[in-house]
Amino acid sequence: MDVKLVNPFIDATINVLETMAFMTVIAGEPYLKTDNVAKGDVSGILGLTGVANGTIAVTFEAKCILAVVSNMFGETMSELNNEIADAVGELTNMISGQARRELGEMGKVFKAAIPSVIIGKNHSVIHFTNGPKIAIPFNTDNGDFTIEVCFER
Amino acid sequence: MDTSIKILIVDDFATMRRILKNILKQLGFKNLVEADDGTTAWEILEGQGIDLIISDWNMPKMTGLELLKKVRANDTYKGIPFLMVTAEAQKQNVIEAVQAGVSNYVVKPFTAEAISDKLEKILR
Repeated sequence: MDVKLVNPFIDATINVLETMAFMTVIAGEPYLKTDNVAKGDVSGILGLTGVANGTIAVTFEAKCILAVVSNMFGETMSELNNEIADAVGELTNMISGQARRELGEMGKVFKAAIPSVIIGKNHSVIHFTNGPKIAIPFNTDNGDFTIEVCFER
Repeated sequence: MDTSIKILIVDDFATMRRILKNILKQLGFKNLVEADDGTTAWEILEGQGIDLIISDWNMPKMTGLELLKKVRANDTYKGIPFLMVTAEAQKQNVIEAVQAGVSNYVVKPFTAEAISDKLEKILR
């Protein structure tokens, strides 16, 4: 997989969280993920088609996404509900949109599908292409989240 | 800015409608209605006096671009200012929206200041 496809998603994730949720986000070291177990409690998953086919997933720990959405709404959110699911879908959309803009400027044009959201402990995130799953952990003052990027070989 | 105008917010994600409503309320706008897709937005448009439309691009049933084209093709509504707020910001998208008659364009993610600046330009 072309690693140049991954960096725009890291940049977009930082910018979306900082702009919409006013949070400082620190990216950790990317690693190869070998299982399907989500690294958190709620995931947004979105398919991409274009110069390569793939999926991205954004998985938040409960504490983290509650803090993110509380900041976005300006009011305290205390449970993982439909409002949180909707917000994770929109965050996934925004991350995809900004990353696709950056990729488009590199001549790599992608279209995005509508995101799906899964809530639950130990849920699975399954990517439908056979490429390596690159996971990037992020840290905030209110917990962690991870993005996964997977494009076909 | 005239903050008494009636604004229609169109987005399939409740999150984005809520964020936009919060920002608009902070700016002093109180007369806000919302729709979760272009089809519902058109029904609201026909039934209520809307002064400004703020719409997402990617929506089921009728996209923001299709809504914009429909508004501009209608003699009654064609003069309504239309702000597109969207994650779709590749050059071709912007060109399409401008050709269809969009009043202005905000790219997600955005700040409250960005929305305020665009509204100032549209409504001055």
